Amino acid sequence: MAEALAARVSDGLWRRPGLLLLLLVVPPLLWLGIVYLGSLFALLAQSFFSIDEFSGLVKHEFTLKTYGELFRASNFDILVRTILMASAVTIGAAIVAFPIAYYAARYARGRWKAVFYLGIMLPLWSSYLVKVYSWKLILAKEGILNWLFETLHLSWVLNAYLAIPGIGGNSLSVSWTGTFLVFLYVWLPFMILPVQAALERVPPSMLEASGDLGAKPGQTLRYVVLPLALPGIIAGSIFTFSLTMGDYIIPQIVGTSARMIGQAVYQFQGTAGNIPLAAAFAVVPIAVMGVYLTVAKRMGAFDAL
Amino acid sequence: MTSAVTFNAVSRHYGKVRAVDRVTLDIAPGEFFALLGPSGSGKTTCLRLIAGFEQPTSGTISIFGQDATLTPPYRRPVNTVFQDYALFPHLSVEDNVAYGLMIAGEDKDERRRKAHEALELVALSGFGARKPSELSGGQRQRVALARALVMQPKVLLLDEPLGALDLKLREQMQGELKSLQRQLGITFVFVTHDQGEALSMSDRIAVFNEGRIWQIGSPAEVYDRPETPFVADFVGSSNVLPPEMVSGLTGVSAPASLRPEAITLGSGELKGKVLSHAFIGAATRIEVAVPRTTLNVLVAKDKPVPPIGSEVSLDWSRDALHIMERADG
Repeated sequence: MAEALAARVSDGLWRRPGLLLLLLVVPPLLWLGIVYLGSLFALLAQSFFSIDEFSGLVKHEFTLKTYGELFRASNFDILVRTILMASAVTIGAAIVAFPIAYYAARYARGRWKAVFYLGIMLPLWSSYLVKVYSWKLILAKEGILNWLFETLHLSWVLNAYLAIPGIGGNSLSVSWTGTFLVFLYVWLPFMILPVQAALERVPPSMLEASGDLGAKPGQTLRYVVLPLALPGIIAGSIFTFSLTMGDYIIPQIVGTSARMIGQAVYQFQGTAGNIPLAAAFAVVPIAVMGVYLTVAKRMGAFDAL
Repeated sequence: MTSAVTFNAVSRHYGKVRAVDRVTLDIAPGEFFALLGPSGSGKTTCLRLIAGFEQPTSGTISIFGQDATLTPPYRRPVNTVFQDYALFPHLSVEDNVAYGLMIAGEDKDERRRKAHEALELVALSGFGARKPSELSGGQRQRVALARALVMQPKVLLLDEPLGALDLKLREQMQGELKSLQRQLGITFVFVTHDQGEALSMSDRIAVFNEGRIWQIGSPAEVYDRPETPFVADFVGSSNVLPPEMVSGLTGVSAPASLRPEAITLGSGELKGKVLSHAFIGAATRIEVAVPRTTLNVLVAKDKPVPPIGSEVSLDWSRDALHIMERADG
């Protein structure tokens, strides 16, 4: 009986592929449409309200005043600092990831490919907080990095570097360089994997054809490999850029006391209770990503897709 | 005169596998030379050795008298048409064709002009602005050809360039490649597993098997006078008669080849039983079981086809039986 019913259901679905598609697609669409986009629009709406400075209550009237506040020097610094950090992390990740991804896509086979995936994914299996705190210890004044520099009698190099204003500090763990290094480490897999996937799709004959037509390896890299890897680099940069812009844990644990967007959002919606300003801050990464992707598309970054 | 390409006892081993095993060959300038063989026979590896994508394990290669054994591909006066065409997907057709010129540092106008000329040569003028993904298989093949020819190579290497095309287009391209080669006078080295293609297009053919060359010769030589049973079987699927049978017929104990189209039915001493039919258009191929082997026989269209299971007598003219005295395969 149950068997006959199952057979009728599967036959019915086979005859109406549209119905099957509907059943598969509706739940995620509801999730995406209501839970995700709904809350995003709620957030957007909040950013057009403002807060009453005397009562501390949200005034539910349309205003651009909250966005105006973003341009106050102390707030604007946070935006600039965050975007600079996200850009630096993205560029750094692209530079570090490319050779690794290239090796994995072109040369690693069988067991070595498994080792590669394991090496990339393993850090993702352990807790993010554990990794960040480990880095704090590594970068601390009493940490292993300092010890290494001392042992090699190179402390003067580190000290000279730390004396550089802006990126230096008392020790690496309280400097912007430290924040950068931890971000770079934590988001690196998100750059390696898409770049590797893009390079994987480049057939070896493409590189041979370039050499065959007279291009030296460097020229092949520049005119063939990089353009074909670009969609992967862009995909990876979406991760590294937006993840860095939104993070509020890493800059809190490693780095200076100056805040990034994520921390500002966290404080304004929490302790300060200024939901509209928190919302306006949260809109900035979305806007930046929108502009970034538009420019990338205009420049032909997705032509090879 | 110096040869276009010379292989001197060239081997290429991958671990224990001998992809190319002590191959010696000479390709003359202006020649249309085919490397023919089944897959895995070493013909493509040989082509890649000429292009420089592979380095020989031992032996030397020279191109127009210049030793090229260790020369990287980008310094060789040869260009390749790849089996999968290997067009750059991010570049337009024109930029694909002009790629080599761009690398060589030619100025923009010159590049454009030459790319247009090359596209005209392969009957694709007007397609320059398209992307490779917007072209059909045959058109991509022509772009790959134009991209190689625009470099004015001394030797053009073609790696099964027609393999992905349908029959009609393939026959048309065979004719076009051949006339292009005559027109340009460039040495063509052509890899194929299709014996018909090799026979109809080339000046000379090298038949490969298991990393070695079994025979080099003109299409007629290779077809009519195969030196080994492998060549006889692979080129034109000839009947290979076992030595015991040949010694009974001629007194010489060596394998012999006998073309299916050389056998006539009706009279003759050899008798056999028809096993199967296959209609192949211009004729019908029948399989006949005779003592010690089975023979393929082509029955022309105007002749009656004996039914399956019937007894037939087979005959052939004396010189149709080609005795192969080389014992090595």
